Amino acid sequence: MKTLTKCLTTVGVVSILGFSSAASAGTDLTMYYPVAVGGSLTKIVDGIVDKFEAQNPDINVNAIYAGNYNDARVKALAALKSGEPAQLSVLFSIDIHELRNLEAIVAFDDIVSTDAEREWLNSFYPALMENGKADGKTWGVPFQRSTIVMYYNKDMFRAAGLDPEKPPTTWEEFTSMGKKLVKKDNNGNVQQWGAMIPSTGYPYWMFGALTKQNSEVLMNQAGTETYFDKPGVIDALEYWQDLGNKHGVMPKGMIEWGTLRQNFLDQKTAIMWHSTGNLTTVKNKASFDFGVAKLPGNKELGSPTGGGNFYIFKKSSPEEKQAALKLVKFMTSPEQAAHWSKSTGYMGVGPGAYETETLKAYLKTFPPAAVARDQLTHATAELSTHDAGRVRKFLDDAIQSALTSQETAKKALTDAQKQAKSILRRYK
Amino acid sequence: MINRLNLKAWLLLLPALSLLIAFTHWPTLKSFWRSFTWARSDVAPSQFVGLDNYRIMLDDPVFWKVIENNFWYALGTVPTSIGLAIMMALWVNSKIRCTSLLRLAFFTPTILPMITVANIWLFFYSPNIGLFNQLLGLVGIAGPNWLGDPDLALSSLMVMTIWKEAGFFMIFYLAALQTLSPELFDAAKLEGANAWRIFRKITFPLLMPTTLFVLINALLNAFKLVDHLFILTKGGPNNASNLLLYYIYETAFSFLDSYYAATLTVVMLLTLALIALVQILVIDRRIHYR
Amino acid sequence: MSSWFQKFSTISAYLLGIVWVLPLLYAFWAAFHPPEFATQFSLTAPLTLQNFESAWDQAPFFRYMLNTVVITTLILVSQLFLCTLAGYALAREKFAGRGFAFALVLTQLMVMPEVLIVENYQTLAGLDLVDTYLGVGLPYLASAFGIFLLRQTFKTVPQELEDAARVEGLSGLGIIWKVFVPLAAPTYLAFSLVSVSYHWNNFLWPLVVTNTEASRPLTVGMAIFGAPESGVDWSVISAGTLIAIGPLLILFLIFQRRFIQSFMHAGIK
Repeated sequence: MKTLTKCLTTVGVVSILGFSSAASAGTDLTMYYPVAVGGSLTKIVDGIVDKFEAQNPDINVNAIYAGNYNDARVKALAALKSGEPAQLSVLFSIDIHELRNLEAIVAFDDIVSTDAEREWLNSFYPALMENGKADGKTWGVPFQRSTIVMYYNKDMFRAAGLDPEKPPTTWEEFTSMGKKLVKKDNNGNVQQWGAMIPSTGYPYWMFGALTKQNSEVLMNQAGTETYFDKPGVIDALEYWQDLGNKHGVMPKGMIEWGTLRQNFLDQKTAIMWHSTGNLTTVKNKASFDFGVAKLPGNKELGSPTGGGNFYIFKKSSPEEKQAALKLVKFMTSPEQAAHWSKSTGYMGVGPGAYETETLKAYLKTFPPAAVARDQLTHATAELSTHDAGRVRKFLDDAIQSALTSQETAKKALTDAQKQAKSILRRYK
Repeated sequence: MINRLNLKAWLLLLPALSLLIAFTHWPTLKSFWRSFTWARSDVAPSQFVGLDNYRIMLDDPVFWKVIENNFWYALGTVPTSIGLAIMMALWVNSKIRCTSLLRLAFFTPTILPMITVANIWLFFYSPNIGLFNQLLGLVGIAGPNWLGDPDLALSSLMVMTIWKEAGFFMIFYLAALQTLSPELFDAAKLEGANAWRIFRKITFPLLMPTTLFVLINALLNAFKLVDHLFILTKGGPNNASNLLLYYIYETAFSFLDSYYAATLTVVMLLTLALIALVQILVIDRRIHYR
Repeated sequence: MSSWFQKFSTISAYLLGIVWVLPLLYAFWAAFHPPEFATQFSLTAPLTLQNFESAWDQAPFFRYMLNTVVITTLILVSQLFLCTLAGYALAREKFAGRGFAFALVLTQLMVMPEVLIVENYQTLAGLDLVDTYLGVGLPYLASAFGIFLLRQTFKTVPQELEDAARVEGLSGLGIIWKVFVPLAAPTYLAFSLVSVSYHWNNFLWPLVVTNTEASRPLTVGMAIFGAPESGVDWSVISAGTLIAIGPLLILFLIFQRRFIQSFMHAGIK
């Protein structure tokens, strides 16, 4: 079948003057990377890559910005099939099971050779490694990693008679303070909301925080089982519903991931939950006094980790793998991690980063930058399963149908669990 | 001699036709074939699974939702775009002032890429800070969550689609209007017919061939215009604004399941075939391709 | 005729016109004012070009624009050439299977390549053409619409002209080039404009088939640049939008009469 298509196309192409893109630069390494928050992060990546190239003149890196996490994965996989494959990429940390099923990646354990390298592999925060490990091996090394943090408007806290240095730490406080922060005009229309938790984009991620705070996890480490219908999970979704429907702390229905930051900057909400990757942008643009805090807890504190890991692709020569490893080591080294963290808000991936002068000095002038790291002790893995795209969509749809009052939390999550189960059966 | 002529004609056709076949007819057949197969992943060999994919599809609530949505989307966008297009054409063709500016305004969306203006529409629709709700706020109304409310999301997408399309269709009507002879209208006016009556009894019937042509185009667009979903809703909330082509894209390029995507593509192709059939049976009787 | 109806109609026309350009007006507002004013409107807002600078810094617009121009040109040139040959054959030659061939062409009017992204992507991957200009253009190099339009036009050329050219010793391609192409000039212009504005704005297929800046056109670049996931910054996005649509918009403003007339021409069957 393929041959016929080839013949047909060739006939068509040959009959006109075909010319192909001549972009065949002599690059040694190609890597794709995504950006899910922040503005000009691409420039920062390019800057780090340039530094690496200056130190390693024999290695040429072509870093390609490929859009959001999903785009980056699709494009990197597509490149693997094409004539110009990538040797490494920063992809969603939770893509691990799918990348392994596609036999696309190699374990770092199989590439590192020296003791120093093995030590490097152990130098990251354990919580950030949870999404990178499977079958006892490390497949993903943390790079642009985040947790969800609570941004709050201190001016509004003051105006509402709340202590701006004491943001809510429990669900009860979150609800009661949130209520106090809501401001309405004479017609009863809300001018300022107490809080906003985004429910588009990555709703399952926000939900991972609420469930962890309720001492539940959403899946097993192997990614073959989900626990969407556990009572504690349902309870967490009901709390999320109540924030909008019952307590009036948040707007009812959906809250847009992409426009939420603008809502916070425009002072339409006193609190937002968002990726720590937004921190530097918020810092640069906020015209008011704001604070950053750990998310409030219920049974315990909690947030999922999030973001992108480095993966090295199988389909590359031993030399390319070593060069790729060198690049990964460079980009995750304390100095670069510190620089990256300071420029973006993403966290330093290991304790070493926080011992650099760069971050020490930065934390002194801007303590909020440490919140994401401090929260790591309460962190859990992000939802990651086989057939991840589908399973995630089941949960996303369930959350959205509950938040828009199309279904009860219980019904929506029970259905999602059933659907996920029937898909995951194949991978046991 | 006949043979030589045949050969020449086919040689002239060959390059174009082989490309058309390679990227339209052949992939159509391949979609059908693929819809009967499945593989665990991209690297595993595919196997024949009979109607399994179709069975999964019939059990898939999202599939039914996108079909329903696409039906409403077509019903909501097609007649409105056509109606507006006719109105615009009549205005631009009339004697009011600044018709060329008006024409320019109506036509502008046609040359703007859907994907880039979608971001601007995102601002219009945004709750709390968006333009529409700011305007509503001026008169004391708390505006809805346009894209976040399952009851409104699809309609909000439709409004943008209509905005994008109406001006384009206006052009076809404008062309048709300019071929109508003015005497017809003068005669009607002499007989004392009012504007509405003239439109209903003379203009609209004479525009019928254009309407049918535009109708087909609008229907096709209702199935293939999904660019704005990528920015505005991604099919959400809970698939309230998901459309068939976007679901195909999602299945193939997010879930990496080209087999199920092919099954959905077959449904799309059958729908288009149905539209084609309507065109052949109903419309070609009226407009002859000569 | 009642004059209040006339007035009402006129006012509605202008109102609708304003609504129709509102997105563009907003893009200008947001692009030329500081980000604080992206969502707030005030007559005293200061003007700035900073957003254009940021946008230009954040995405390789020049490369995107170049890609779009190359892809659009590649498609257009190929379409004009292939559709002329095919249109001539269908219009002027009598041969076995003509009806069948025409039916094949008409099918593509209904089944556009974007519907078949899944299979066409597999084909492109098999040919190793993913992320190349040729790959983006390939499914569109022959256009059923173009063949159809040119066939209609060529049919109207009097047989005597063709015979006269033959007497003068022209043959085959010479006749097409010297007789048919000049006579169909308006059709070519109309089709070119339709084709260019279609492919300048095309999104779904390029999204699927491009990976890098090597071939990524403006639409896909803008989608990535303005993706809501990365936190919407309307000032910069609007500036980017204006940069992206600028060339086409200026061309359109200059040639708008011609442009619209050509569209009208394409619409007349």
